[in-house]
Amino acid sequence: MGDGFTHPYVPNAAPEPRRKLLDAIGVGDVTELYAAIPEALRVKGLLDLPPALPGEQDLRRHLEEIVARNQPCTGSWLNFCGAGCAQHYVPAIVDEIVHRGEFLTAYGGGTYSDHGKNQALFEFQSLIGELVGMEVVSTPVYDAGAATGSAVTMACRITGRRGVLVPQTMSADRRLQLQGFAKPFATIETVARDPATGLIDLADLRAKASAETAAVVIESPGYLGLIETEAQAIADIAHEAGAMLIVGVDPISLGVLAAPADCGADLVVGDLQPLGIHMYAGGGNGGFIASRDEARFVAEYPSIMFSIAPAVEGGGFGFAWSTMERTSYDTRHDATDYAGTTQWVWGIGVAVYLSLMGPEGMAELGRGIMQRACYAAERIAGLPGVAVPHLGQPFFKEFVVDFSGTGKTVAAVNAALLEAEIHGGKDLSGEFPELGQSALYCVTELHGAAEIERLVSALGEAVR
Amino acid sequence: MTDRVGSGFHAAHWDEPLIDEIPGDGGRGLLPPRVDDAIAGAVGDVAAALPEGVRRAKPPALPQLPQHRVLRHFLRLSQMAMGFDVTVDMMGTCTMKYSPKVHEYVARLPGFADVHPLQDPETLQGTLEILYRFNRMMCEIAGMDAFTFQPASGAQGIYTNACLIRAYHASRGEDGKRDEIITTAFSHPADAATPAVAGFKVITLMPGEMGFAEVDALKAAVSERTAGLMLTNPEDTGQYNPNIRAFVDIVHEAGGLCAYDQANGNPLLGVVRAGDTGFDMCQFNLHKTFSAPHGALGLGCAAVGVKEHLERFLPRPIVTYDGERYGLDHEPGEGIEKIRAFLGNVHAVLKAYAWVRSLGAEGLRAVAETAVLNNNYMLHNIRQIEGTTIPWPKNTYPKLEQVRYSWEPLYEETGVASHDVLNRMVDFGVQHYMESHVPMLVPQPFTLEPGESLTIAEMDHVLDALRRIAEEARDTPEHVTAAPHSAAIRPIDGDVPEDPDCWAFTSRAYRRKRGNWANVKRGLGGHGGGYS
Repeated sequence: MGDGFTHPYVPNAAPEPRRKLLDAIGVGDVTELYAAIPEALRVKGLLDLPPALPGEQDLRRHLEEIVARNQPCTGSWLNFCGAGCAQHYVPAIVDEIVHRGEFLTAYGGGTYSDHGKNQALFEFQSLIGELVGMEVVSTPVYDAGAATGSAVTMACRITGRRGVLVPQTMSADRRLQLQGFAKPFATIETVARDPATGLIDLADLRAKASAETAAVVIESPGYLGLIETEAQAIADIAHEAGAMLIVGVDPISLGVLAAPADCGADLVVGDLQPLGIHMYAGGGNGGFIASRDEARFVAEYPSIMFSIAPAVEGGGFGFAWSTMERTSYDTRHDATDYAGTTQWVWGIGVAVYLSLMGPEGMAELGRGIMQRACYAAERIAGLPGVAVPHLGQPFFKEFVVDFSGTGKTVAAVNAALLEAEIHGGKDLSGEFPELGQSALYCVTELHGAAEIERLVSALGEAVR
Repeated sequence: MTDRVGSGFHAAHWDEPLIDEIPGDGGRGLLPPRVDDAIAGAVGDVAAALPEGVRRAKPPALPQLPQHRVLRHFLRLSQMAMGFDVTVDMMGTCTMKYSPKVHEYVARLPGFADVHPLQDPETLQGTLEILYRFNRMMCEIAGMDAFTFQPASGAQGIYTNACLIRAYHASRGEDGKRDEIITTAFSHPADAATPAVAGFKVITLMPGEMGFAEVDALKAAVSERTAGLMLTNPEDTGQYNPNIRAFVDIVHEAGGLCAYDQANGNPLLGVVRAGDTGFDMCQFNLHKTFSAPHGALGLGCAAVGVKEHLERFLPRPIVTYDGERYGLDHEPGEGIEKIRAFLGNVHAVLKAYAWVRSLGAEGLRAVAETAVLNNNYMLHNIRQIEGTTIPWPKNTYPKLEQVRYSWEPLYEETGVASHDVLNRMVDFGVQHYMESHVPMLVPQPFTLEPGESLTIAEMDHVLDALRRIAEEARDTPEHVTAAPHSAAIRPIDGDVPEDPDCWAFTSRAYRRKRGNWANVKRGLGGHGGGYS
């Protein structure tokens, strides 16, 4: 870089400070500091990269031009796609807090330097604990799939077994994520779906649960939206076999759905994104793991966990990273799972969201989502040739729409919806061929009667 | 006390209660939207009709506060955190640097934030273009042939490398046979942990007298069981192993693959490329090296790069470009299952792309050189602080981006430990330092990485703080060991978080267990620190 390089992000690259630093350390040229690197390995000249845009205005214009090529789910457009990433309302205060530089640009600070960050994360743990009815909650993990993977391997270690039963209706992506992660530790087997109810087939579960089973995994609501109404019976089957019950939840449903701890869950997992985090094409996802407060559970958590602790003198409290010998930071090659940077700032956003919503807010929100989804499903089921299977079963937010009777493919329906400025439901025809030309629709508090009317009317046109 | 603090700093000390203990008189923070009459009239109260046992009997015990009080609570908490935006942070191995605000502005636009990952790719052209373009740029920066941005952290990126090695050997029918990964003691813990999680046995090479692993040790470790090599270089000590090419060749000759963890890649941008060094794959942290904000410990993103012979093993979907339109290839790959939901932390990719565009090739090189220059300025000055030593004196190469120092002489003389100095740092208004990852092979370690963003005056402030703390350790050691004095809180009981009868990870556990706290002995413990 010769004599120097002037850029706002690299102040000491400018000629004057650069010379000052070189003089201070008694070195003539920066390249001398690279003496450890063999000459043969060094890059000759400059990398072949696009021209620099050092002026902020030029950079911003360039980025805005690219971003403008997206068609977001806002403005005149509607979105009815969920399938693991759902569009909910994001309160202004959540955006305000997650963008505070003190949080956003913090990292590995400790008890004293980052007290406020630690308290916000402890409150995240606490508020998720209230939702799911558990006393132990981890700091955020990557996403619900990663949470499921870690919970499954925790159960394998606690029980000393490797059999894991998962519902047939788990999403293909999550199953792949789970399989890839757990394969050294677990053997994953699918429990059939009862075609009559769409729920876990209890007879099949009974037949498969055995002394080899470490964990039974259920999701309620499941990937296809249905609520597992026999959760307690499933828990009993799992526990009779000496296995653990892992329950995956949509946390935004827990103002109206029973806490999984009250339905026999041993471990609870879920995704944070619905709780006030923008979708970011999936960048908004984040996960959590929760359990009872038992040392045998805590010992198996892979993640950093904040415990509250009293001040030594004068009252007050602070927070510390607890029992780090559990984690790969301490165990290195003896690790059974790995810890690292995850999605903490989304955890802070979730703490803000749940604090704003409060008990009544979460109950009202959950009730409203169920009403909207139910109304939309009934209206859609009224279209000629269109079916919503299991409409009589309780479901939350998402439901399957079967277009097989219309002679149209989901792809054709979705293409027609795009013309009407609507992002349609996820095409399930590749993932669940047995469901025919079906799509997964997601209805949230963003959808009132007018938005649902627009969808129903556009669907009516599309299938005609 | 304040006359001893030196900088006149005092952190905000709000004494803010836990949010569920703030009196709110049943306030409401946010009202959900009204349900239209047409909907409610048509379907009734669906939730009320849920079977008993499925329906929640009573609402969750969440805070009941008016909106402004929630805002005030979290703003107060933010004022008691030391992000890079508000102060100097030189935590080693973390590559703290300025995260430009214009990136945040663009990432928050609805066009980027409010898009669904499963939208028709025709409506996702902007996000896909960023992913595609940055992929090409990373290939040039790393000397690789293809990248994935799916992993959401450095550790997950390294884990992805371990999975790539597993998939490669499985594809050749050698998955049972090649089951050993070799790493080094001063590589990040994830280089040892993630291959273990992927099912490998892990061999750790210990440092020789130069402070890094020696060629002979590697020769003795390789065999027909060797699946691969996974390491950082420079290691977490800031020392570059000049024999790296020999390491790569030895492992290749043994039939293994080589993965370059570039968590410490900041000093190498435009200087050395993983591909040219012979590595088959690598990973960079886009938070850290490429300026995406660290997000309080995430929103991270790992850019995992591979040479052509490993492309077919990358996780799906793959972003494609036909010269006009960007698309997503979901066809199953031959190796790795899904690593992270959807496309990964694409906001971090946007910010990393923006950062490289702002700097260009010359700027990247300036970043690397300046990070090294700043580090050697810190080293030059810390060497002169009485009470410090620099490990491995035989290694006379300049350090690259960070240094692992030792306070051992200070500790021997005064009893003041590195951890005490760390806690005292906060009183000077700067983020504390990182000691070392575990096991702490260097006695009384501390690790500083100044990065390229800081001014000379900011570095001098940290140097001044370290000098003054070393003086205090001799004059008034109890003042250092009782630190911090000017932080947001006073010292806490370090035993409580380790005791199963006392630890509390939620406020409901805290309410049940705090009665036990009186029964344990009160010790300061070692809880000032954190790392990543």
